[in-house]
Amino acid sequence: MNQTLLSLRGISKHYGGRAVLKALDLDILDGEFLTLLGPSGCGKTTLLRLLAGFERPDSGTLTLSGQDITRIPPERRPLNTVFQQYALFPHLTVAGNVAYGLRMEKRPEAEIRQRVTEALAMVQLAEFAQRKPHQLSGGQQQRVAIARAVIKRPKLLLLDEPLSALDYKLRRQMQIELKRLQRELGITFVFVTHDQEEALSMSDRVVVLRDGEVQQLGTPREVYERPTNLFTARFVGETNLFPATVKAIDGDRIALDVRGLSRDLRKPAFQVSVGEQVNVLLRPEDIRVLAADADYGFPGTVIERNYKGSTLDSLIRLEDGNEVLASEFFDEDDPAFDYNLGEQVRVSWVDGWEWMLPTANGDAAGPHNA
Amino acid sequence: MNRWLPRIYLMLVYALLYVPILVLVIYSFNDSRTGYRWGGLSLRWYQALFDNHAMVQAMWNSLWLALAAATVSTVIGGLTALALHRYQFRGKQALRGMLFVVMMSPEIVLAISLLALFLVVGVQLGFVSLLLAHVTFCLPFVVITVMARLSGLDERLMEAARDLGAGEFTTVRTILVPVMMPALLAGWLLGFTLSLDDVVVSTFVSGPSYEILPLRIYSMVRVGLKPEVNALGTLLLVFSLVMLVLSQFILMRNKQ
Repeated sequence: MNQTLLSLRGISKHYGGRAVLKALDLDILDGEFLTLLGPSGCGKTTLLRLLAGFERPDSGTLTLSGQDITRIPPERRPLNTVFQQYALFPHLTVAGNVAYGLRMEKRPEAEIRQRVTEALAMVQLAEFAQRKPHQLSGGQQQRVAIARAVIKRPKLLLLDEPLSALDYKLRRQMQIELKRLQRELGITFVFVTHDQEEALSMSDRVVVLRDGEVQQLGTPREVYERPTNLFTARFVGETNLFPATVKAIDGDRIALDVRGLSRDLRKPAFQVSVGEQVNVLLRPEDIRVLAADADYGFPGTVIERNYKGSTLDSLIRLEDGNEVLASEFFDEDDPAFDYNLGEQVRVSWVDGWEWMLPTANGDAAGPHNA
Repeated sequence: MNRWLPRIYLMLVYALLYVPILVLVIYSFNDSRTGYRWGGLSLRWYQALFDNHAMVQAMWNSLWLALAAATVSTVIGGLTALALHRYQFRGKQALRGMLFVVMMSPEIVLAISLLALFLVVGVQLGFVSLLLAHVTFCLPFVVITVMARLSGLDERLMEAARDLGAGEFTTVRTILVPVMMPALLAGWLLGFTLSLDDVVVSTFVSGPSYEILPLRIYSMVRVGLKPEVNALGTLLLVFSLVMLVLSQFILMRNKQ
């Protein structure tokens, strides 16, 4: 699991003078589920196409299990791809599609038949073997595409936003199925998505990409709870941002002035000095909405209530005009829970649930939902 | 009144289109020698047609020529469409435009220029000159038919094939050609029919060594309308209908 399967060193790619990938370094570990996450245009699809061999990097090397594969064409790389729109061969049956990779290897027909049957059983499509792709639903086509890609037992499976064409419920179902497949097959998955929820729920590790650069690489938990920069904090989930000034440092505690309120917090891992600006980040679920007569917290007004089923999201405008998003789980025993629109409240958080980032890295503090 | 007017109008249009053909078919079974009187049902003109050696020879010549012209233009046209679709090169737009020039320019212009070319180069007027000429005017139709199909093709199919271990040539053979097949067949049929009934270009570039059917009919009709021509027309009509149904069937089956 901890061994490097594929390593990228200094990978750059330009299109018409625009840098899509900028000297990217990345190690993909054997057996992991790695997700490339980022907004459209961040280079995640280009990166996947480089791994598959459809694109050549302008510079840098790709090494797979110690072998340099930078110049090796896609048909000779021991990795396979699940395409975004499935790209099933329309003139072949489901079985013909799945068998294609083995036919290219010139395997004996008996072996092909057996392995196709196994692969189709694995994705629960055994009875659809003789259908044509257009006779299947989107979810079924997706499963054919997966069976076709894993039948050659690749070392690495590349998945290019494979679930983006499916509806929400089917998507959830396929996410679970993909995880199961990955466990059963023990194949390394590199999964591309722009959906942060999908990335968090499925991955062992997440690579957050922006403008062809890695913003953060870590477990879903690290990326969500301990983002290393504002971009990651904002892209992965909702974030409330409170600009603050360091008033005093005492051992592992620091005193902050957060929008006029004093808070005594744990000292962050990065260097701070008195008088410096820092950003205090809070996820909506870490925010506590209190009654207006509470003796602490920022006063504000409820301007939006959004019923989400299991949670209730409130948008609160603070007195200085900034807005805070709070997401609370229902607690029917709490009489103070339900606030009305326009009601005066106070906003706070539980000490220790915040995350701090320096402001020095060029990110200016802005609205929370940027 | 308002309901009937459009229907009557439509019936008139269709009558105008189909009555002449119907008359031709009926008269091909007419026993009478003159075409104006009904003399009872007979197959004698079909008999006469098949006894006419020159006519049968011209029929075979035409079929053979159409077959060759359609096949050659499908091969060249298919490859041209592929090149225009897949590769970026200088002058691509001009090349595409030139196809339309051949398609839209008056046939007589094409005929004269081809004849002039053949005379200059020294091509003997006969089968070869006819074939070259027919391939020339069939080509744009094939290219356009195939390109229409290719434009709807998912580029990822080719990538998927390579991803699964197919080299460039294998990808073309196992994925691209099968996917293009309906368009290639449609283009072939189009070329075949275009070649089979061409008169204008053929008149200019054919020689005495290779007589084809449309020219034979034309010369027959010039000396007076013979009932055999009706029989021949009926046969050609049946043949075209069979081809039409066949092509539709192939297209329908592949669409599914």
